[in-house]
Amino acid sequence: MTQTTERRVPRLNARGHGAASDRAFNGLSLGAGLLVLAILALILITTTREAWPAINYAGLDFITRKDWIPLEVAGAGPVYGALSFVYGTAVVSFLALIFAVPVSIGIALFLTELAPRRLRSTVTTIIDLLASIPSVVFGLWGIIVVGPALVNVYDAIHGALGGIPVIGRLFGEPVSTGRGFMTAGIIVAIMIIPIITSITREVFATVPEADKHAALALGATRWEMIKGAVFPHSFGGVVGAIMLGLGRAMGETIAVALVIGAATQVTPNLFASGNALASVIALNFGDPGVPPGRSALIALGVLLFAITIIVNYGARLVVRRAEIRMKGAAA
Amino acid sequence: MTAVAQQTTPAGEVPANLRRSSISARRRVTDQVVKVAIWLSVVLAVVPLALVMYYVIAKGAKMISWEFLTADIPRQLARPTGGIGPAVVGTLIMTGLASLLAIPVGVLGAIYLNEYGKQNALARTIRLMADVMTGVPSVVMGLFIYTAVVLSTEQSGLAGALALACLMLPVVIRSSEEMLRLVPDELRQASLALGARKWRTILTVVLPAAISGIASGSLLAIARAAGETAPIVLVVGLTQRTNWSLSGSNTALPVQIYRNATEPFAAATDRAWGAALTLVVIVLLTTLIGRLIANRFAIKER
Repeated sequence: MTQTTERRVPRLNARGHGAASDRAFNGLSLGAGLLVLAILALILITTTREAWPAINYAGLDFITRKDWIPLEVAGAGPVYGALSFVYGTAVVSFLALIFAVPVSIGIALFLTELAPRRLRSTVTTIIDLLASIPSVVFGLWGIIVVGPALVNVYDAIHGALGGIPVIGRLFGEPVSTGRGFMTAGIIVAIMIIPIITSITREVFATVPEADKHAALALGATRWEMIKGAVFPHSFGGVVGAIMLGLGRAMGETIAVALVIGAATQVTPNLFASGNALASVIALNFGDPGVPPGRSALIALGVLLFAITIIVNYGARLVVRRAEIRMKGAAA
Repeated sequence: MTAVAQQTTPAGEVPANLRRSSISARRRVTDQVVKVAIWLSVVLAVVPLALVMYYVIAKGAKMISWEFLTADIPRQLARPTGGIGPAVVGTLIMTGLASLLAIPVGVLGAIYLNEYGKQNALARTIRLMADVMTGVPSVVMGLFIYTAVVLSTEQSGLAGALALACLMLPVVIRSSEEMLRLVPDELRQASLALGARKWRTILTVVLPAAISGIASGSLLAIARAAGETAPIVLVVGLTQRTNWSLSGSNTALPVQIYRNATEPFAAATDRAWGAALTLVVIVLLTTLIGRLIANRFAIKER
């Protein structure tokens, strides 16, 4: 008798029937989360292991020399100096940021401060579309349409500014195909506009309405309101957005491989051909030269991984700190 | 008080010193210049998009035919015959398998972050690392799969799918977590109060409530993965014939665009534009379905 009543009372303690399945599900989801950490660690371990022969072979030359000769020339062994690729990555990313940052901030301001309600969703859709076009399609457009079309523009700029001392060296003789740093910078800029815009817009949207109204009530024009209320409030977030864009720009591979012209050189001429860390891996992986050629390309990947991780990690920290500060201000 | 009363003007009329014309010319011009610059920046983003779409459609449309979408790739890209059938099949197989791998794992990871870990140190670390992993260049992910998988096996569609899955994983985790966060806590409490175990609550109450958002986020990740080129170039190898199997060399649409774009022959360029249009249609359709699901079944935010 007592036994039956006991059975009818449901067990409400957490240890009863079914606790095992609860623990199993918890463990399963934890495992999925930990997979992220495992993959990041594995990327570092496996790529570094395969890159080691080349790093060992090249030593400090890897980051101090600008020649990349993956063949045996006249009895001398291959040379792996990544400096010209680091330079190419830096130049292309820098050009891309110069073009993309003002445009992105402009679009973000348009969406948060200026746009009529109807246009807002249209422009948002356009930016989303821009983000969804695969990079190889931009590369195809760049190599076939943009490069050849821009050669005349480059020629004109070279003619007008090439004679000026110091600055003129930036605008030297263009390559006849138009494939070079500048074209790559323009194509990459188009590709990073969506990411910078979307984060900048979110940051601008957190500026308290009261601050903006206060500025306008004091007689500020719209621009003075933006300068005085919006920019100071969102500075940190915008810096983070730019760094995220920089991370994307440095990692961009195929579009850059198509339009940069594949030349191993360090030159101030922005219209000249070059190569970048990511693009040289894709371009040469099928034909890496004598051993340890492929290992050397993987070493370039390790270098690129390290740089982008630092930039992205920094960007996330900056964005997060800005978010916390802004939430404090909004409260 | 009196000063204010004295300045009062008839209703509807702005006091002279507050009219727009009282702003100095320099300030007014600056304001207008900035306004024009902002409009110009929107135009600067619209123009390249319009141009790319125009070229892809204008040059790609004349290529599209059943033959083009299904025939084998010619051994010599200079020949105007054949099609991109193997690339279409490869893209579908690899993106499909990558989705099957990355979406369930990603959703489970999101469940850990939002339902179990919440704000503890491990969850915060995973969240930050998922963000960092989103920024890992796709070519590096390709090198990772090359060193971890291809070196001990072979170049294959499976390796390509693994690379794409690694690229999708952090995106799925973060977007799914955002969606789980929107599920109102009352639903969880109601289910738990009825005596349901936490795992049952999550699987039968929380997930169904967030499923539309998770689906739309996952579709956006799929669209991104379908357009990835660099990892496929490194780990999948190349083939001219359709390969339905996960082992052995395969190919994909982005790779064919890349390879044909670098050839100087008109036939190759045409093939590249045709493949580009095919890829853009696949990507935009996936994106569009994702957006539709998001708009149609969005969780009502409270």
